[in-house]
Amino acid sequence: MIDKNLIGYSFEPVQLAVEVGRLKFVAKALGLTDPVYSDAEKARAEGYSDLLAPPTFPFMLESDAFELDRLCDFFEQNVRRLLHAEQKFTYHQPICAGDQITFVKTIREIFEKKNGQLEFVVSDNTLTNQHDILCVESQTTYVFRNA
Amino acid sequence: MPKAADWNIGDELPVMKTEPLTRHALALYCGASGDHNPIHVDYDYAKEAGLDDVIAHGMLSMGYLGKMLTNWIPQKQIRSYQARFTAMTHIGETVCCSGRIANKWEEGGKWMAKIELFADTPQAQTIIGEAEVFLN
Repeated sequence: MIDKNLIGYSFEPVQLAVEVGRLKFVAKALGLTDPVYSDAEKARAEGYSDLLAPPTFPFMLESDAFELDRLCDFFEQNVRRLLHAEQKFTYHQPICAGDQITFVKTIREIFEKKNGQLEFVVSDNTLTNQHDILCVESQTTYVFRNA
Repeated sequence: MPKAADWNIGDELPVMKTEPLTRHALALYCGASGDHNPIHVDYDYAKEAGLDDVIAHGMLSMGYLGKMLTNWIPQKQIRSYQARFTAMTHIGETVCCSGRIANKWEEGGKWMAKIELFADTPQAQTIIGEAEVFLN
């Protein structure tokens, strides 16, 4: 059982640099052919400060900020029982190469289904850039299978 | 790029189907995404965890579905995007990304649409998702 007293807990904010090489690697891994994701000049021509981070990139920063092993240790759970159940993003401002993002993660909900066979952990996250502008709000739901 | 007037409730977005997923694709995504869970790349680990083989990252399919969306509309016109992971995706499977306009309304002088999104392998529906977009 995951300690429900953790509901409302905020982890220490994590600072993350958005690197050009990383975004190019992501564009390759996802097969993104639009040059806004891989050609800085084209991205600037579209009004971005540099390469644009694609829509699911905020979760990649979350993976950097909160390694699964450590996160599972925190919840006293086995990473082998972990599944990603749901992911939500709300976009306010683009994230681009060169940005410095502050990632804040707060536990919103911990609940069970199927008599405790499934335990869900929902967190609310904010990604704020170096100009103190909120870029993205996200919500991540993990499930631990206890059966 | 879609024009607001041209898109109505019930319209389908252009479908995008991936190549069959390879171990190489999962390895690239593991490195690029920062999600290093071995269940996606290490066969022995996956076996020990009770699976027949490695499984794809749910977020890889969400990334493909996002690509389908940004093929259709510029990313800056996406206001929100969400996915529920409903089944596992296996090596060798194609991921078919599709969407349809579920709602359309005017808001602050802009046309908005709610898009229902789906990722499907030949075996299962792996993502049920949703996005809110500006049509203009």
